[in-house]
Amino acid sequence: MNPDLVRDPLPMPEHPVTPYLRMERIPHVWCPGCGIGTVVKCFATALERTGVDLEKVSVCSGIGCSGRTAGYLRLDGFHTTHGRAIPFATGLKLGRPELLVTVVSGDGDLVGIGGNHFIHAARRNLDLLVILINNFIYGMTGGQNAPTTPLTARSSTMPFGNFEPPFNLPHLAASSGAPYVARWTCLHIRRLTWAIEEAIGRKGFRFIEVIAPCPTLYSRLNKLGTGLNGMRFYHDNAEIRHGADTRDVAIGFQEPILCGKFVDEERPTFSELMDSHYGEVLGDEYVAMPPEGGFLHE
Amino acid sequence: MSDDRKRAAGDDGRAGAPLAEARTEIRITGFGGQGVVLAGHIIGRACAIHGGKQATMIQSFGPEARGSACSATLVVSDGEVLYPYIRGTDILVAMSSEGYEKYRDELRDDGVLLFEQDLVHPTFKQGQKSVGVPSTRIAESLGRAIVQNIVMVGFFAGVTGLVPEEAMRAAVGGSVPAGTEELNLKAFAEGLDYARHAVTAPTLELRRPPAEGVTV
Amino acid sequence: MKADPAGVLTGAHYLDGDFACGEGAMAAGCRFVAGYPITPSTEVVERIARRFPTMGGSFIQMEDELASMAAVVGASWTGTKSMTVTSGPGFSLMMENIGLAAMMETPCVVVNVQRGGPSTGLPTMVGQADMMQARWGSHGDYEVIALSPQSPQEAFDLTVEAFNLSETYRVPVMFMMDECVGHMTERVVIPEPDEIEVVPRRVTEKSKEDYLPYRLNGHLVPDFARAGDGYRFHTTGLTHDERGYPLMSAECQEACVHRLVEKILGAAGEIEHVEEEATDDAEIVVISYGITSRVAQLAIEMARERGIATGSLRLVVVWPFPERRISELAGRVGGLVVPELNYGQISLEVERIAAGRCPVWHIGHGGGTVHDPETILETILEAARAAA
Repeated sequence: MNPDLVRDPLPMPEHPVTPYLRMERIPHVWCPGCGIGTVVKCFATALERTGVDLEKVSVCSGIGCSGRTAGYLRLDGFHTTHGRAIPFATGLKLGRPELLVTVVSGDGDLVGIGGNHFIHAARRNLDLLVILINNFIYGMTGGQNAPTTPLTARSSTMPFGNFEPPFNLPHLAASSGAPYVARWTCLHIRRLTWAIEEAIGRKGFRFIEVIAPCPTLYSRLNKLGTGLNGMRFYHDNAEIRHGADTRDVAIGFQEPILCGKFVDEERPTFSELMDSHYGEVLGDEYVAMPPEGGFLHE
Repeated sequence: MSDDRKRAAGDDGRAGAPLAEARTEIRITGFGGQGVVLAGHIIGRACAIHGGKQATMIQSFGPEARGSACSATLVVSDGEVLYPYIRGTDILVAMSSEGYEKYRDELRDDGVLLFEQDLVHPTFKQGQKSVGVPSTRIAESLGRAIVQNIVMVGFFAGVTGLVPEEAMRAAVGGSVPAGTEELNLKAFAEGLDYARHAVTAPTLELRRPPAEGVTV
Repeated sequence: MKADPAGVLTGAHYLDGDFACGEGAMAAGCRFVAGYPITPSTEVVERIARRFPTMGGSFIQMEDELASMAAVVGASWTGTKSMTVTSGPGFSLMMENIGLAAMMETPCVVVNVQRGGPSTGLPTMVGQADMMQARWGSHGDYEVIALSPQSPQEAFDLTVEAFNLSETYRVPVMFMMDECVGHMTERVVIPEPDEIEVVPRRVTEKSKEDYLPYRLNGHLVPDFARAGDGYRFHTTGLTHDERGYPLMSAECQEACVHRLVEKILGAAGEIEHVEEEATDDAEIVVISYGITSRVAQLAIEMARERGIATGSLRLVVVWPFPERRISELAGRVGGLVVPELNYGQISLEVERIAAGRCPVWHIGHGGGTVHDPETILETILEAARAAA
């Protein structure tokens, strides 16, 4: 064989988000067609575009499929208990105020078992970026009914169809006080990335709901086809309506999904309110938590 | 609950067997809002911080915040206080009728009753000493009925001589809200003065020796 | 290192146990507290809420105890010393994230001002029936450290010790007060800041490239890295390898859990803290903790006046249990008497250690008040008669 013909294989170009991931943990646990990986990619891309100091970014997740997100991002990552990612993140943020603290988790985790924490963090306007991946079902435990499962949709614990009204999450967040509320689907890769990028630049309780397909459970139990069918459904049924009244964005079974940025306001955060209030009341006596935390140096 | 436990808790309104500790047992009672706990705190602080004694104060907690019978107990000793509750009272300070009725029977046969004389109408008992003070009227004459409890603390100091006056005065000054020291010290002085002029009984020996038969 | 003067209220004070505990936390360098109101513990956080704004501390009243404990674990990962405070019903809710703290090896202090239980029980009255829950309350195998103060002074002193132990062993420390001590006001002396020894967070000296969150570095407690220092580490409540990555295998489980247990039990000799009096030639030894130890002391003195050689062993640190010392005593005394405000918790541990070598006399009590010293005396006398 002519040695000239044996060429080195072309070097494999590095994927642009590789530096943001724990590549040694790939392949990940998510099923083919699942939407969670898409959200991770959009999140990493948004981090890259904003140029934030990655050493100062923490990501917290709870339990469930989406709860594994913290484990794949090369950031300070906290895989916490079921439903408690938001209060855990609250401690991180208040313990070291200079951190950009993010929460990426699922619907069952954040608004099922963790629902109380969700509304209170929004009410306090804690400085947290919360990305909720909503696949309408409990995936990791095998397809049980979620507080987001649309009426009539089937789940393993609602085998004859769900009769419980689900949450309208943007409305829940907005009415609890969140100053930034948006919803996109896994099909809206660029818009979702922009939204995350924009939200990183905002402050307070920023809430982004991402509708994601679960071909293994939700789609199978409801005969909705593959992940690709899910994407086609989003393509045909997602309607962008920025500034929509959040009362109007509830999701029905296989009905149109309203997407967009619904709320984008400026409102003082928990820490800002604490600082201004104590500053006013206590004057020079007030000593705020230092940005680097209440760490006792030797 | 066994009788023993009730007695230990001091909640059955009867005096229990004295403990094998040399101690003075005090209860202050009144209605919520009268400053019962603050009065107990001041006396305890005077003993423990300024008076060279040990003083353990326990406040009894009820679900109600205002208006009901409320009480604080104090154990004062020259040595260590081990048992924190009282078993009977050597000194009962009653600032309300309801409190008096609730705790009158736990006053020992040789105990001392200090009472708000316009609010409490005690039944005198042979052997017990009872001394009253119009502490609410005195407080009102100072312009603030709220310092009634401090008038009573001054009266307590004058009648019992449990700790030196100066210790009590220091405790009053250090326990009341900033800016109200002057008014409260005035109230204290009025109560003390009333004790000196209105009460003819000599200062009482209140330190209880270890009970006979309890120790060997 | 010495205490940060900002948190130390030096002087002689007339304080209740709850306030003294709060002062102890601030002196120890605690700068994050999350809590939820519950009688009889609330005064601890009320004290802190009032004083934190002048020393750079952050207090937040969370929506429940689940959240409080989660926030404490989160805050501790920033290196900020963290604490939460509760009583029985809240302690039950905290168990979930106490387990997380144990698994992630997060230093923190959990104060439980014990009241009568079960359930809502006796909110304003004393109990000591959460002692086993303190050790075993969260699911799975792990070890914690638990202390039990007997006075407001100790509520201060031992809260400092609780923080120091939590930092040294990277473990949640249970501060097992009781309502009586919490609501009891006595003289509390707070020393000068330079007389208070505090253990700072031991942060890794490894480079970002070399650091792994659960790799051992000479001892069983791994090096700590703070969130935000650039280590970009991962930690999880799942069984994990030294990288902090989930690894579902029997081998990893064994390594992980064995170390969580061994780092505490293996160091029990250093952690144990008992106070002994006249145990050397004692015929009967009373083993007690918390408020009960004061009442027991009175009974012990009464027994001695009756000619019974009675010793006292007080558990200042209750968990890990001082097994060796109690075993030595069981081998040579005529009886061990264990009064406690429950129907048999620490006494079971004493029985286990005594292993039939001497009788163990448990004096149970449902709580609501303390034992009568006379009741404890009767049992000491009975134990002495039985031993004769």
